[in-house]
Amino acid sequence: MFYPDSFQVSTPSDREIQVTRDFNAPRRLVFDAFTKPELIRRWLLGPPGWTMPVCEIDFNVGGTYRYVWRNEADGKEMGMGGVFREILALERVVATEKFDESWYPGEALDTTVFVERGEITKITITVLYESMEARDTARRSGMERGMAAGYNRLEELLETMQAGAAR
Amino acid sequence: MNSASRLDATFAALSDATRRAILARLASGEASVNELARPFSMSQPAISKHLKVLERAGLISRGRDAQRRLSRLDAKPLREASQWLAEYRQFWETSFQRLDGLLDELKTTAKKRKRRPNVLSR
Repeated sequence: MFYPDSFQVSTPSDREIQVTRDFNAPRRLVFDAFTKPELIRRWLLGPPGWTMPVCEIDFNVGGTYRYVWRNEADGKEMGMGGVFREILALERVVATEKFDESWYPGEALDTTVFVERGEITKITITVLYESMEARDTARRSGMERGMAAGYNRLEELLETMQAGAAR
Repeated sequence: MNSASRLDATFAALSDATRRAILARLASGEASVNELARPFSMSQPAISKHLKVLERAGLISRGRDAQRRLSRLDAKPLREASQWLAEYRQFWETSFQRLDGLLDELKTTAKKRKRRPNVLSR
């Protein structure tokens, strides 16, 4: 799989995942593509084979959104939604996110920032996961803590292991 | 274990530098607790604790022979964890590539609109 250099997934803290990407378009268009349902459902689809039968957005602070994806091969559906907390036109959108069948407790907070530099618009999506009660942390936080290890170190480890296996 | 809690266990096991080093060592062949303890300047009981975590996460299996108790790497959970991360990347990147195409289309439309304002305002 080819990833352009500008595409990066990182873990700035134990509670965050950050995705960045540059787009060769004015910020106004990129902002529309991220906030208008008729545009979102044309691209936010993941791997081939998925469609987005539900994409409803009340684009106001306190307004809600609801996304449902559907795998056309097996009919499996995945839904999520949340509430807009902050909207700064063309610059910044903050919204909560919760998946219907969530693999992490509570809600996460998504912050999307749009920065225009010349012809390029850079977007940064930061997902901040809730802090958890001690017990839940012990039971479930392996994912979040592991993500930090995962993103930054799993690949490194796998490379070492492949080199080891090849020896 | 379902796949989500198996992933939890794998990531939790991988969150420690010593355990990652142990896995990297085991990638080149099985080893005893003694052999594993040597490069880490750690006591055998401390290494044994790490091995127990790795074993519970299904990342290694350990031999029955009480004298040697050789540890062996089991790569399947690692592959699953790596696949999960790859899928997360892939979801975004395939979506973003589609968005590149959509933005090109929107740019073209915006230009046409500028050139022929009266056609579209009708």
